Parts: sequence; structure tokens; C-alpha cells
Amino acid sequence: MAFAPPARHLLRAKDLADARYSEPIEVYDMAGAAGLSKAHFSREFRRTFGESPHHYLLTRRLERAAALLRMTDWTVGEICVSVGLQSVGSFTTSFKRTFEQTPTDYRASQPPAALAARVPSCVLRTFMRPQTARFRKTADASGASLTSTHSSNGRRQ
Amino acid sequence: MADIKVANGQVWVHDQEEALDFWTNKVGWEVRADITMPELGDFRWLTVGAPGQDEFSLALMAIPGPPVMDEDTKNQVEDLMSKGFAGTVFLTTDNVQGAYEELKSRGVEFTEAPAERPYGVDSEFRDPSGNAYRLGKPTV
Repeated sequence: MAFAPPARHLLRAKDLADARYSEPIEVYDMAGAAGLSKAHFSREFRRTFGESPHHYLLTRRLERAAALLRMTDWTVGEICVSVGLQSVGSFTTSFKRTFEQTPTDYRASQPPAALAARVPSCVLRTFMRPQTARFRKTADASGASLTSTHSSNGRRQ
Repeated sequence: MADIKVANGQVWVHDQEEALDFWTNKVGWEVRADITMPELGDFRWLTVGAPGQDEFSLALMAIPGPPVMDEDTKNQVEDLMSKGFAGTVFLTTDNVQGAYEELKSRGVEFTEAPAERPYGVDSEFRDPSGNAYRLGKPTV
């Protein structure tokens, strides 16, 4: 049997979900992108891709939400909105059903975001320099030298 | 030979929130990391990347003040940015004209509309901080 590629109009709907999951789009919008009625579109989408368009859109959002929980310090509410969902309660329920953990527990089970984000050592080195160090030039018998007066931790150096 | 690839690039931005909005809501990229570190003077490590291209991300760095960057250097960086000489990032897409129309409709400021060049289709836009980005599709 010859391979039959997915119909282009259905792929267009899938692309819409991939690209615009952060906006409050729904299956209705995906059906519109495919140029089909919602019911007909849902049947065709499931037949072609093996899952409902609602499930595809939701899991795309949850995948992004999980990444944001791992890689940012945004609140759960901020993450919920940023992936195109409106209700934190529904988001939490869907997330738990998919990942078997609440968003908060999922985040707690992962390495700290500061580690996962892999902030380069050159950046850490630069920004971890004491912010309040002060130096002044002093003159002694042998000539000028640099003397520190205090550092951020209060110790002379 | 060692297998060395590009992992991150970095651009200076005047306002990280503005840059974040630009890259996610206008260009369509994803947030890769966004961490604010109080222990580093609220330094914010903010990176974005193209969906589907996980191996590369762009760090959107706020221009630090003293003592990380002395005042003269900070002024020089801002001066170069204001003149459009703070560097260029080269991006590519299969449909330059389509991307141009989509981004332009979202308010992205293009300095060059897509045009045929000897090496392919090319265009240029700027981010809110004035950084330049070429958007093209080489023929080879």
C-alpha cells in the first residue's frame, strides 16, 4: 500500500497549535486553519495523527509549561498564562494527570532552575565580584600603592 | 578534529522585559531560561530560542553598570548599539517573504524588505534595542 502523507490542511492546523500555543487558541481555531467544521476536523485529525486536536494542543502547552517550570523562576500562574491557558486550577489538574505531579511538586523534584539554565561560569565570575569593594590610592615612603578599605563582607583584604 | 558547535549567542538589550516580549510575541521564539539571582545583584539570565532548534539559544543580556562594567564602557556599548554597530545575528527560514509579512504585521521594524541577492533572499530587522538581525535563505 502506497504511503499517503497527511493532508496539507490538517498539517496547517497542527502547525498553528505548535506556533501559537501561547495564545488562547482552541480546537475551533485549528479547525478554521484547516478549513473544516469542528466535528469533521476533530475526526480527521484523530484519524491522521492518532490523537484528538484538543489533546495535541494541550500536551504541546504542558510540554512547554514543564520546560518553563524547570528552566525559569516564573510562578505557576505566570507559566499557565504564558502557555495560553486561562485557569490555574484546570492547568494544575491537566498537569497532574499528565505528569503525575502538581506543577509545584514537579518543579521541586527537578534540579534548581539556576543549575538547569546553565548560566556560564564567565557570567557568574563577572557578576559575583563584590559589589561594594572600594579602593583608594595611598602614598607611603616608597611611593603610591593600592589599599583596599573594605569589601562586601566587611573583611579587609 | 574536535566537534565544536555554537551553543549560545548573546546580545545586549536595553530592557529585558521588552526584549522578551519582542522575541516571544513578535518573532515567535520560546523562552529557554529565565532566572533572576538575588545573590548576584538580581542578575537575570534570560535566553530564548527557535522552536525545534534546542541546541542554540540567544542570551538577552541587560547592560550592567559598575562595578561589573565601568561607566565609560557601558556608555561605549550603548553608543555602539545606538549606531547599529553592536553586532549582527544571522537567522534563516525557508520562507523569508512569509516571515517578513508575519513579523511586520506584528510590528517588527524591518530595515530591508526581502530581496534577491547573489547568495539568496535576504532581509534585515531590528530589535527594540537597535540590534540588527539578518533574515534570509541562502541558495546554497
